[in-house]
Amino acid sequence: MSDLSALRADFPILAREVNGKPLVYLDSAATTQKPQSVLDAMDSYYKHSNANVHRGAHTLAAEATELYESARGKVASFIGASPDQLVFTRGTTTSLNFIAYGWGLNNLSRGDKIIVTIMEHHANIVPWQLIAKYTGAELVYLELDDEFCVDTSELETLLDDRVKVVAFAGMSNVTGALGPIEILTQAAASVGAISVLDAAQLVPHAQVDVEALGVDFMAFSAHKMLGPTGIGALWGKADLLASMEPTEGGGEMINVVERHTSTWAPVPHKFEAGTPPIAEAVGFGAAVDYLAAVGMDTLRDHERELTTYALERLSEIPDLTIYGPKDVTKRGGAISFQLGDIHAHDIATILDQDGIAVRAGHHCARPLMKYFGVAATARASFYLYNTTKEIDHLVASLHTARGLFGLA
Amino acid sequence: MADLDELYRGIILDHYRNPRRKGTLDGDHVHAEGLNPSCGDEFFLDIAIDDGVVTDAAMDGQGCSISQASGSMMMDAIVGKPIDEVRDIAHKFRIMMSIEEGDNPVDQERPGSVLGDLEALQGVRKFPVRIKCADLAWVTLTDALERAESRT
Ligand SMILES: Cc1ncc(COP(=O)(O)O)c(C=O)c1O
Repeated sequence: MSDLSALRADFPILAREVNGKPLVYLDSAATTQKPQSVLDAMDSYYKHSNANVHRGAHTLAAEATELYESARGKVASFIGASPDQLVFTRGTTTSLNFIAYGWGLNNLSRGDKIIVTIMEHHANIVPWQLIAKYTGAELVYLELDDEFCVDTSELETLLDDRVKVVAFAGMSNVTGALGPIEILTQAAASVGAISVLDAAQLVPHAQVDVEALGVDFMAFSAHKMLGPTGIGALWGKADLLASMEPTEGGGEMINVVERHTSTWAPVPHKFEAGTPPIAEAVGFGAAVDYLAAVGMDTLRDHERELTTYALERLSEIPDLTIYGPKDVTKRGGAISFQLGDIHAHDIATILDQDGIAVRAGHHCARPLMKYFGVAATARASFYLYNTTKEIDHLVASLHTARGLFGLA
Repeated sequence: MADLDELYRGIILDHYRNPRRKGTLDGDHVHAEGLNPSCGDEFFLDIAIDDGVVTDAAMDGQGCSISQASGSMMMDAIVGKPIDEVRDIAHKFRIMMSIEEGDNPVDQERPGSVLGDLEALQGVRKFPVRIKCADLAWVTLTDALERAESRT
């Protein structure tokens, strides 16, 4: 077993207790915990270099600008990208909205098609529903095969020159299933549509070389990869970002403002209206430094071992149903399940009494829940700081739940 | 553990697994829907009112044991009661659950004497994030009563 347990000391929150028990944090797909280095970087920025960026000639303004832009460089290089194609946003949701409004609103018309998958997060559904409403375009769904992976067998019949957008998750936050990135990217390209990758769950867990993936746009969030909330990124192909309209206007994003018209600053600043989340950018930079130092291959191996172990242990529990691929090469470390007739919220409450944090509910993926015919699932999700011992605690607590509900 | 035993009392699990008056009403009735968008719980309520009395009720939907048991117990508590009394039960329930201000009306010496099975839900108070689950049916009931009122 790859031993990353020494890393746990870097995460102050992991030392706390919940309901008198050591915290077992199994909700990293919702948001991850933060290492001391990220907290220190943000603290140090506020203590020593706080100023607005791109706006002043004084020393602090220059330092803040340098810190902000160097964070952009770190995040860009983490995904194998050039910094001038890396836009800081508030997170995945904002990034996807920028694509939907900036590109979709201006390029779609009545009868056009937007292909998404049934396993999308609301963040990659609702913006497209809005664009469909404004333009008269139509939303078309790809469904799943029996292994909970996106079924692309019908793709050929859907593809025609009315398809303008193919938007999909790199990894499902519900089932953990990896998306068929290559197939969908090529499918989009074959009909001149744009490919939009929701990488909120992919970038935190896998080595991503965005240029090699070939997608047109990619979105991700810092808070799911050890960074702070309030910041994320939008990456796009240079020509698309250059031709795309900004969704937000204001300070920082302009070149010249006249009474009635304005011209835009070059990408990425064109998309960064207003004072950006500077400390958060600094924290984001520190987060990718931390991940790079651990190594994404090491991290992936560790998560795969945890996932393998968890799938094995969970499948020993009577009445437990897992909604997701069994094959660990087709998935990441988010495991959704139901236990008999015990509702997911009841499971979460019972586990919480043992200090175990899991997510319960529809996971911002109601269409997927409907597709499964369930109202809610419980979800345990892992990251580099989790251990097999924590999975043992999870399993023991699930047995407690069975007992309380008389399933034993 | 003691808190959990208190939360998941047998009577609560019984109402969860065997909800009273599950279904919908035919005849003349008002319909109201309660949703908890953050967790996905749904509670659908039909009530028939005749001459100021709740003559019949039916519930449907899905959710956690607390939301569904609370709804099922509510069915037992309101059918056959005049609207004023139903409002009073709702008020007492909410005080018991610390949702509304007031002195807990429940007589702890004589369990069940004031709010019947509903008193079993007191254990939820120790789990503040779950109180909204217990309240879903009652929010829906308030909505239904308002709809009934605006009809007349
Ligand atoms: C797959 C996926 N897409 C999008 C999002 C939205 O991310 P955020 O809330 O950080 O904007 C999430 C996180 O909840 C996610 O898991």
